[in-house]
Amino acid sequence: MTPRNIHEYLAEFDDIPGTRVYTARRARQGYHLNQFAMSLMKAENRERFKKDENAYLEEWPLTDDQKEAVLARDYNRMLDLGGNIYFLAKLFSTDGKSFQFAAGSMTGMTQEEYAAMMIGGGRSPEGNRSIKEGR
Amino acid sequence: MARITAGVTTSHIPAVGAAMDLGKTAEEYWKPVFAGYEWTREWEKEEKPDVVILVYNDHASAFDMKIIPTFAIGAAEQFPIADEGWGPRPIPPVIGHPDLAWHIAQCCILDEFDMTIINEMAVDHGLTVPMSLMFGQVEQWPVKVVPLAVNVVTYPPPSGNRCWMLGEAIARAVDSFPEDLNVQIWGTGGMSHQLQGPRAGLINKAFDTAFLNDLTADPERLRRMPHIEYLREAGSEGIELVMWLIMRGALGGKIKELHRHYHVPASNTAVGHMVLEPVA
Ligand SMILES: [Fe+2]
Repeated sequence: MTPRNIHEYLAEFDDIPGTRVYTARRARQGYHLNQFAMSLMKAENRERFKKDENAYLEEWPLTDDQKEAVLARDYNRMLDLGGNIYFLAKLFSTDGKSFQFAAGSMTGMTQEEYAAMMIGGGRSPEGNRSIKEGR
Repeated sequence: MARITAGVTTSHIPAVGAAMDLGKTAEEYWKPVFAGYEWTREWEKEEKPDVVILVYNDHASAFDMKIIPTFAIGAAEQFPIADEGWGPRPIPPVIGHPDLAWHIAQCCILDEFDMTIINEMAVDHGLTVPMSLMFGQVEQWPVKVVPLAVNVVTYPPPSGNRCWMLGEAIARAVDSFPEDLNVQIWGTGGMSHQLQGPRAGLINKAFDTAFLNDLTADPERLRRMPHIEYLREAGSEGIELVMWLIMRGALGGKIKELHRHYHVPASNTAVGHMVLEPVA
């Protein structure tokens, strides 16, 4: 059963390799980053953003780190700074990129390597379940 | 009286919707994904449901970070198609069933489930991809829809047990709706996938197969599965599978598996699809 003690519940999330679980802490840290990404659901905002990314980002109360990560399209860093992948999806969609492109970009593999891994059945859970237990 | 006649589960992968919209379904990559839905399309034509209670999650489309409802029921006459960043999908708007939606909301609240009621909401791929998979490319959808959006994005999402119990409450609500309606309940999302971080691309066929099996063989195991197990075994986005348990709870004790489809991959995700029927 899902534990009812929030401390126990949250403690386990950091033990998953290569994964950022979107907890309250991240949701608070990334609030404006995610709302910025959300604004790109409107075609007119997408156009304004594409025309001058810096100027568009200035309209949002983002930290310098968050702005840099957006400009660099560094999705792992955006996740570390409180971004959530479903919100950030509006950003890579604005760039005309697919979920597979974005997911692949976070693994350190080339797009071709990543696509080949997926066709081969995906990344195995072996060794990817727990850092502590190495399983 | 209204009655729940069947349960359907399916993944709701955005690239699958895009493949249909762009006419790519006959391509080698996509053929095996769509093949498993042909049986269901024919079956739906015979079943002719009046309403689908469609359990899905919004992916930062209708709900941003301003409001995060755990269980939100859509009571609108009509739901427009969301623009998820590349323009809305070229499909008809989704027609609601406000009478049934309000009835379910009222019953569930009296049954101690504190539902959020949504009167205006665009629907994203979580809802529209299952519609396209089950009904194909149509001028008009052949069913009305009661959308039930579940938060599986910001932690904690509801527990599997809570989802199951909500399903039971929904079934009681449908049973007490006076109009004669053939109602299906669909649970969508999953199966194993992870879209973020260095572990992106995780797929766990063994976990998925056991999950599909245990919808009939050992639903109690699924009901008690903690979130951490979904996260470790099925990837960070595999948590969507808790939504299948709302469907499963609504079908009651004994069920029969009518159809199953499983394929890896579609984009980043394992495709899983089942058609289930309650046994009296
Ligand atoms: Fe989803």
